Amino acid sequence: MDAKPQTDILPSGDGVPADARQEPGLLSILVLNPSIIIGGLLLAVIIAITVIGPFFTLDPVLLNPINRLKVPGADGLFGTDYLGRDVFARVIHGSRISLVVGLAVSIFAVSIGLAVGLVSGYVRVLDAIVMRIMDGLMAIPGILLAIALISLSGATLLTVVVAIMIPEIPRVVRLVRAVVLSVREEPYVEAAIAAGTRLPLILVRHVLPNTIAPMIVQATYICASAMLTEAILGFLGAGIPPEIPSWGNIMAEGRTYFQISPWIIFYPGVALAVTVLAVNTLGDGLRDTLDPRIARKM
Amino acid sequence: METKGTVLDIKGLTVSLPKGADRPFAIEGVSFSVGRGEIVCVVGESGSGKSVTAHTVMGLNSRKELKPVEGEILLEGENLLTKSEAELRRLRGERMAMIFQEPMTALNPVMKVGDQIAEMLEIHTSMDGAQRAARVLEVMRDVNLPEPEQLIHSYPHQLSGGQRQRIMIAMALALEPGLLIADEPTTALDVTTQAQILDLIKDIQNRHGTGVMFITHDFGVVAEIADRVVVMQEGLVVEQGAADDVLSKPEHAYTRMLIGSVPSLTPPERAPVRDAEVALEVHRLDKTYESGGWFRTGRTVKAAQQVELVVHRGETLGVVGESGSGKSTVARCIVRLVDPTAGEVRIAGENIAGLSHAAVRPYRRDVQIVFQDPYRSLNPRRTVGQAIVEGPMNFGLSHTDALARAAELMRVVGLAPEALERFPHQFSGGQRQRICIARALAMEPKVLIADEAVSALDVSVQAQVLELLDDVRKRFDLAMLFITHDLRVAAQICDRIMVMEHGLVVEQGATQQVYAEPAHPYTRALLDAAPGRDVVFGAG
Repeated sequence: MDAKPQTDILPSGDGVPADARQEPGLLSILVLNPSIIIGGLLLAVIIAITVIGPFFTLDPVLLNPINRLKVPGADGLFGTDYLGRDVFARVIHGSRISLVVGLAVSIFAVSIGLAVGLVSGYVRVLDAIVMRIMDGLMAIPGILLAIALISLSGATLLTVVVAIMIPEIPRVVRLVRAVVLSVREEPYVEAAIAAGTRLPLILVRHVLPNTIAPMIVQATYICASAMLTEAILGFLGAGIPPEIPSWGNIMAEGRTYFQISPWIIFYPGVALAVTVLAVNTLGDGLRDTLDPRIARKM
Repeated sequence: METKGTVLDIKGLTVSLPKGADRPFAIEGVSFSVGRGEIVCVVGESGSGKSVTAHTVMGLNSRKELKPVEGEILLEGENLLTKSEAELRRLRGERMAMIFQEPMTALNPVMKVGDQIAEMLEIHTSMDGAQRAARVLEVMRDVNLPEPEQLIHSYPHQLSGGQRQRIMIAMALALEPGLLIADEPTTALDVTTQAQILDLIKDIQNRHGTGVMFITHDFGVVAEIADRVVVMQEGLVVEQGAADDVLSKPEHAYTRMLIGSVPSLTPPERAPVRDAEVALEVHRLDKTYESGGWFRTGRTVKAAQQVELVVHRGETLGVVGESGSGKSTVARCIVRLVDPTAGEVRIAGENIAGLSHAAVRPYRRDVQIVFQDPYRSLNPRRTVGQAIVEGPMNFGLSHTDALARAAELMRVVGLAPEALERFPHQFSGGQRQRICIARALAMEPKVLIADEAVSALDVSVQAQVLELLDDVRKRFDLAMLFITHDLRVAAQICDRIMVMEHGLVVEQGATQQVYAEPAHPYTRALLDAAPGRDVVFGAG
């Protein structure tokens, strides 16, 4: 017999697998995706403007009745509104509300959804109950819930965040639960049980990491939709109090003057659209990169 | 021009691998043909390029990464490599179909199996709903599925492996294609099911004149089914010819090695284990699964009934049986991954069957399990070292001590301790299985359960892992419960054999005795179903 069986035994010393390349870092994979670069850069610029911008603009609530409804140009980059306030300053300041709402809603919705989804996916007795509650939550129309909550407890940033967050939670729970249900059957989870690993550690160590990628993607979509909902609430007059400039509020106030001075609505509208576009582009890029089928190449 | 009898003709096919792979071409200059009504077996170990060949024919490879750079693939005279994606989509299903090794992953887990077969008809034909439903039942009967009227409402996970593979075959045959590509369709199945599926494929090929390209690593299967054999190694065809010639007079050294690695069906002489301490005792073990919900009547499955077994230290008890015979259920009850319905599981005298999950935890270290699938048994995100130290650290060993033990065990299983810092994807299947064995041994168990632990491995690697298991059994004086569907493997490693059928133990005895004089008809059926039983293997 002249062919030896292929050996898969590794001797010591040089006994490293043929495929011994280090795993490329997550970051280096992410920056290869054009959507992530474009969306990420755009979002970075928006965040930079939001953080630094307010220091360089006029006071967004400063009234100047003489300079009412001025065309964009000499008296202000984006013109002025019906009380003579600088639209540019208001749009820059308004971005804070949008970003804070978007970020807060996505962080809270994902954190709560993750915890509930993990437990309900793993502890089968709770599953039926939790999922029916989630079904109930999902049946509530988001904007109506927001209006109801705000009329009960007054319009504050917190109420708006909570109101937008609640209908988003079930979506996260469902996604996490689906991942957990498939991962819990994996032999490596069973091996951990057989090795005496306690349930909380199994969840954190073996199950949770599998949910991270889909969660990041979901978070970007939640963020974008929360910013839109916040603007809608503001536009309907059911959002952040009118004295605080938010994009929705600015547009609501500009609605009456839409025929004669469209810039009051146009600029916050563009700002909202660009921000949501940036977040969604980033989310698409992340989804393409983190999708399990493609991620296998990592 | 093509002769009328040829369904598939592959000529000089070369497929390139992406840059950075271990070789430039996945397959190189591969030529062979499949005639109408002919079964051609493509044999080789993993990485030989046999699946790449099949997937290239089906057009399932990403053409960017696995690019056919030379040659042609003629399906009934038409070159598939020049077809557009849309044309290929139409050809798949209608003219050529494929069945896969893992029917569980090849089927959509969230769709009822009846709907999955109907989907094929919906896409490719203009049948209406009633016609489709009738055709689905017809093809399901054609592949001998029991109670198709009920079965169409099942999800893949509710079926046995053999049933799932039949569903796959039913899907493939729904449109009566001329070419059937079977990619290791029986590898995950046990002997009697395998024999039935092989019979089914032969029968279909006879009745419908289908040309079959059958990919396998198992020379037993080749002996059973092939008209012609193509042997592949590292992307090249090293030998091809009529089945009888290749099996009886292999010319290439690699073919000879493969045929020589097939375990023999004749058990070797083994000294009986006497007077050893009893490590594991199972008495009247029952496990009943009940399905159903609030609004429908449930179905009860008695997965294990009145199972009795005893394993002494230093002894290997083989548990063989069909899919769904309850052999894995028994293992999972012993490891307490599932809760037994009734009975006793005694580990070193202590009954752990009725204990709560918290109370059973101290006993977990005494019983460890190695699973079948080396690719899913290790968490891909955690290093080998983290995987091995997890168990011992759960029981209070310090990280340093656990790591030292892990390094020592890596040597025991034939791997370099440096590899502890690597991730599972950097290892081959056989190496991963060694890691799983090391992980189990790290707990210093009294009982080691190998649940189909070598079934997913290539024959040459399988032989080495079997040797390792036998070696650690001796070295650590383990009681081993060896669960397998492969009677050849069981013959080589087990001191005693226990045969299970439908959750019942039908026969138990010394290996040699069971193989020489099977007492129960089911044991005889199992032995008769072993593929290639008439060919003497393992002599090389």
